[in-house]
Amino acid sequence: MLSQESLQQIDREIAKYPPDQKQSAVMSALRIAQVEKGWLANETIEFVAGYLGMPAIAVYEVASFYNMYDLHPVGRHKITVCTNLPCALSGGVHVAEYLKEKLGIDFNETTPDGKFTLKEGECMGACGDAPVLLHNNHRMCSWMTREKIDQMLAELDGK
Amino acid sequence: MSTQGMILAGCDGDRTWRLQDYVARGGYSALRKIVADKTPQDNIIAELKASVLRGRGGAGFPTGLKWSFMPRSFPGDKYLACNSDEGEPGTFKDRDILRYNPHAVIEGMAIAAYAMGAARGYNYIHGEIFEIYQRFEEALAEAREAKLIGRNILGSDFSFELFAHHGYGAYICGEETALLESIEGKKGQPRFKPPFPASYGLYGKPTTINNTETFASVPFILNMGGEAFLNLGKPNNGGMKLFSVSGHVNRPGNYEIPLGTPFSELLEMAGGVRGGRKLKAVIPGGSSAPVLPADVIMGCTMDYDSISKAGSMLGSGAVIVMDETTCMVKALERLSYFYYEESCGQCTPCREGTGWLYKVVHRIEHGEGRPDDLDLLNSVTGNIMGRTICALGDAASMPVQSFIKHFASEFEYHIENKKCLVPPEVQHAGSNIYVSPSC
Repeated sequence: MLSQESLQQIDREIAKYPPDQKQSAVMSALRIAQVEKGWLANETIEFVAGYLGMPAIAVYEVASFYNMYDLHPVGRHKITVCTNLPCALSGGVHVAEYLKEKLGIDFNETTPDGKFTLKEGECMGACGDAPVLLHNNHRMCSWMTREKIDQMLAELDGK
Repeated sequence: MSTQGMILAGCDGDRTWRLQDYVARGGYSALRKIVADKTPQDNIIAELKASVLRGRGGAGFPTGLKWSFMPRSFPGDKYLACNSDEGEPGTFKDRDILRYNPHAVIEGMAIAAYAMGAARGYNYIHGEIFEIYQRFEEALAEAREAKLIGRNILGSDFSFELFAHHGYGAYICGEETALLESIEGKKGQPRFKPPFPASYGLYGKPTTINNTETFASVPFILNMGGEAFLNLGKPNNGGMKLFSVSGHVNRPGNYEIPLGTPFSELLEMAGGVRGGRKLKAVIPGGSSAPVLPADVIMGCTMDYDSISKAGSMLGSGAVIVMDETTCMVKALERLSYFYYEESCGQCTPCREGTGWLYKVVHRIEHGEGRPDDLDLLNSVTGNIMGRTICALGDAASMPVQSFIKHFASEFEYHIENKKCLVPPEVQHAGSNIYVSPSC
């Protein structure tokens, strides 16, 4: 169900914990699975559960608790904008409005071509870099102006 | 290159985070000395106590005292955890420490492990900073290769394994027992205390959890001596501290300064209030800390005691600056939404109460406030505070109480006139996209 490469990455995570505590790797395993599959379908969650020797419901509890896991399909590029107070004071909301206008979608929506999904995020711990957004959970984009957003969207559009 | 500060002194952005750079700055000398001299554990803890280092994550608990709670004669496994799950709005200091000086955290954890007899540790890193997690993994590999962590550190009989654990988006995991649950592969829901982690922590074993900045301070304290560190700050408020300044200032960023520095100086370092506008209010210690009006904060020094005397908390040292274009109702609405969104749902007063707080502040902001809404908000906060397993309920309540206390007239104006005292176009312009020219 997951590629050999993903399984090797998960094995490296498992090795960080005591031998009888394999389930400690569940968060990383779900992250790795999500990177490969794009989102976490029930069968992916069940596969991870089997791999770690956990009940599927225990893995689902984790997947549904932490907000960076996607339990529904998202676009190829998920953009999460922080609108929390410190970011909002430096334009976080303006950035979100600009993205909505450019992409023609609201928060939690995906463009009809399946390329972009827009999400509203909570504090990313980078308030000094405001306005801040995350691309596909793993790449932080700092000090986002309208020009930088135009540039970013143009780059991602080709990918 | 930063010439100021302690942890970040001599660091030059992304260029000087590697092992060789840290060693060139004197790094790992404290660990080497301890291992070579076989320093008694008690001496290290005594030095920490003398330094009056207080936990840098938010609670300000004395670190030396916390370390002394670990049962040192306990025969089985003991653990260390570093809390790098930095998600308190306004706080972004641990990210810079991990990014620019990760080895200071590794050395601090290794020393802590030696002092408490812990054989294994985890650094729990905030979900949204994946690139920092990757860097920390690289720094760990360097340290392992140089025998600074792992089995038989520097050829001695002291062993300590250290790993990075990556979070995935849950503010509550910054609460120390939720963090442990999360490492155990569960939902991050806080545990009842007692038992405290020092007796029942990770996997049920004695565990000490400290913040990133706390661990990173340890090598510096041992090198300079506890008393010298204390003297950098002021009595009962030892040392240097990183302050994350965000919001309406010209140069948002981290400033590592002695505790006891006047707020006015910190504001000046951050370039002053943006556009020469007037300061309105400051949240001095992360979004959970009570807000202080301009005239109060301008009379404060930045340390635990001064801020606490003014009616707030130094917390994590996250300073959120708001100028005269800010609508206090709107600011509180956003914070209340955050706590509602991040409540783990375990305790009824918090799960239900944070929803009420958000709903009521939201309706005031949107011109649908009712005359008794302020009483209602105060009553809801009173019913949350002290009635939950962890401090998230209190953290959600303190902003509400303090915003109403200090800016009551603004809330009343909203309710009576169904609009804001600050014209919408002024608010809009005041919160427009701002990127400091130095970025």
